Amino acid sequence: MDFRFDDDQRQLRDALRDFCDNEIAPKAAKRDEEGRFEEGLIEQLGRMGLFGMYVPAEYGGTGLDCVSYAMAVEELSRACGATGILVSAHHSLCVDPILSFGTEAQKQKYLPKLSTGEWIGCFSLTEPGSGSDAGAARCMATETADGWVINGTKNFVTNGGEASVVVLFAVTDADNPKHRMSAFIVDKRTPGCTVGKLEKKLGIKASSTAELIFEDCHLPKDALLGERGKGFNIALATLDGGRIGVAAQAVGISQAALDCSVQYANTRVQFNQPIGKFQAIQWKLADMATGIAAARLLMYRAAALKQAKEPYSAEAAMAKLFASEMSSRVTGMAIQVYGGYGYCADYPAERLLRDARITELYEGTSEVQRLVIARKLIQEPAWVTRG
Amino acid sequence: MDFKLSEEISALREVVRKFAAERLRPNSRAWDRDQTLPDELIFELGELGLLGILTPEEYGGAGLPYLANAVVMEEIARQDGGVALLLAAHNGLCLSHLNMAASPGQMQKYLPKLVTGEWIGAWGLTEPCSGSDAAALETRAERDGEGWRLTGHKMFITNGARAQVFVIMARTDPSKGAKGISAFIVERGRPGFTVGPKEDKLGIRASDTVPLDLDGVYCGPEDLVGEINMGYIDALRVLERGRVGIGALSLGLARGSLEESIAYANARIAFGKPIAAQQAIQFMLADMATELEAARLLVWDAAQTLDRGEDARQKASIAKLFASEMATRAGLKAIQIHGGYGYTKDMPVERYMRDAKLCGIGEGSSEIQRIVIARQLLEQK
Repeated sequence: MDFRFDDDQRQLRDALRDFCDNEIAPKAAKRDEEGRFEEGLIEQLGRMGLFGMYVPAEYGGTGLDCVSYAMAVEELSRACGATGILVSAHHSLCVDPILSFGTEAQKQKYLPKLSTGEWIGCFSLTEPGSGSDAGAARCMATETADGWVINGTKNFVTNGGEASVVVLFAVTDADNPKHRMSAFIVDKRTPGCTVGKLEKKLGIKASSTAELIFEDCHLPKDALLGERGKGFNIALATLDGGRIGVAAQAVGISQAALDCSVQYANTRVQFNQPIGKFQAIQWKLADMATGIAAARLLMYRAAALKQAKEPYSAEAAMAKLFASEMSSRVTGMAIQVYGGYGYCADYPAERLLRDARITELYEGTSEVQRLVIARKLIQEPAWVTRG
Repeated sequence: MDFKLSEEISALREVVRKFAAERLRPNSRAWDRDQTLPDELIFELGELGLLGILTPEEYGGAGLPYLANAVVMEEIARQDGGVALLLAAHNGLCLSHLNMAASPGQMQKYLPKLVTGEWIGAWGLTEPCSGSDAAALETRAERDGEGWRLTGHKMFITNGARAQVFVIMARTDPSKGAKGISAFIVERGRPGFTVGPKEDKLGIRASDTVPLDLDGVYCGPEDLVGEINMGYIDALRVLERGRVGIGALSLGLARGSLEESIAYANARIAFGKPIAAQQAIQFMLADMATELEAARLLVWDAAQTLDRGEDARQKASIAKLFASEMATRAGLKAIQIHGGYGYTKDMPVERYMRDAKLCGIGEGSSEIQRIVIARQLLEQK
């Protein structure tokens, strides 16, 4: 047992921290204000190898482990929550299912360009009428002689604006409740696939959240990802991994909130002393640090289990649940430490709160995480004392 | 990163888990009610190696790492918080202090009997008027020839009713504050040394808590532990270790709350189905389990930091703060899941909640932990 990063991971973290401090953090407020990623950001992230982190070298990636990936998402999110989810959703929700369920030809076709960031990936499961109840999706994939025709509307697709590649879930056997959906890899340029409404959101404003509209969108036979009828399983397995990324995002945002709060508490003088001298402020800082430490360990534990190819579904749910709710509390405390200034956009705290709030919602709400965890506990009580 | 316990510690965990389920579980309710533990249990703990778990093998101990101690503490506290606190004070405070600072002669004299259970250890820092502000302690150690005479009162001394060996912090230099305190070994029965009656407590009742009265108790030079005037500095290092143990104890109590609640929720039928089918219950279980897992990782992280010989103050405080408050929340939720039955002593969960409350007070209150954590954050910048 050893909870520390190895030497390679430490070196990577130091390099990433430099990059994030110098290149990503300074423009976080501008990205938020303008609601978009600046020109050149994706190329810059691509040059750093941040779009192919756990893609094996044979497909053009950097072949890193899952812990390193989670650490990269944490560091990026500490600098900019929107940039964190750009990288996380790309990896966890698009690259990962192609790696795990794709054919050799699909991997050859998609992974090299996804790894460089020439193509950005996204994941499309949610629909206007099906969020937590994802199995009730209605978007249809009808089989034809030479492939599939997709019809339906998807929404809340993270990266949907920038993406070239969509991992799409659509209904292939409406009358077969156990094998109702299938997964597809869609080139977004395919005729019949259009980007609809881009959501205006509370936070992570630079990250696009898109509606995808499919109207008689013809896909070739080999667009099917994994087996027909296994879409829901692929979606759930993919989301297990995605939850590690969201937990890492929440931890990174929270760390940023603590860092700026400590700095402010040491410099802001009231009643003739830095406010950090008051227990009222110290208590908040201590609780913030404690919550972050706990969430970080839950998150890296889930990543290490995934890397070791051991079951990690409940652990990822716990990491995401705890980290996301912690991040809302911690960023709220940061605003309180800053007082009125914390409510203003001149300081980062209010953006951090807005960015943190999404982590309780996407890739499974906190309520869905609790159901996942409770099911494990109720059906398998011995899990509590597992080895 | 590797989150797996070694085979050695896993095997130890199985042994202790079985012992706790078979030996402690059937008796815990009575021990809690009567505020007592049977003498023979102490020797059984010694035979299992639990009274010298952290003590070097050359003195008869098991010489295991703090991580192993944390695992053992969780397993014992899973069934009985009182027995766990006896171990915490004996291993985490008295023996930690001796292991860290005692001379070879002191070790030869005391450790072999402490690890078997022939002697139990206690540790005396707190006084009636100095709890969190421990450096304000008033017990005096005044020079008398080659030795000292100790005079004062100690309060809330765990294991005091049973202990033979006490490590007592007393002021050797009244002008120097925290740097004028030294640690002494006081054996039971010395003239002037009186052990008071047990406190009647909310929880952890099977573990005794007593006041001590020192009226000119003589300590020779052979009784000084560590360097003169370094007793408080050493005590802080002891507490860093002790806090990881209390964090681990909290894990056991919370796990008891969780395991009993899952079993009850699966068995209890209301509205025609097990209450475990209700989201209201599921959500409480999910939160208990999530916080327990988070706390365990914090405790194990702090324990491993101690085992590497690194500064673990911050991690120990974070682990104890989170784990102890988590265990109290878990206890309250467990009672809620059990409904009216949970409020009775027929179910163990009310005891787990009462026991958990101690963990946020003893060995540094939650407030002290927050001060330690905040100070480190504010000073590192």
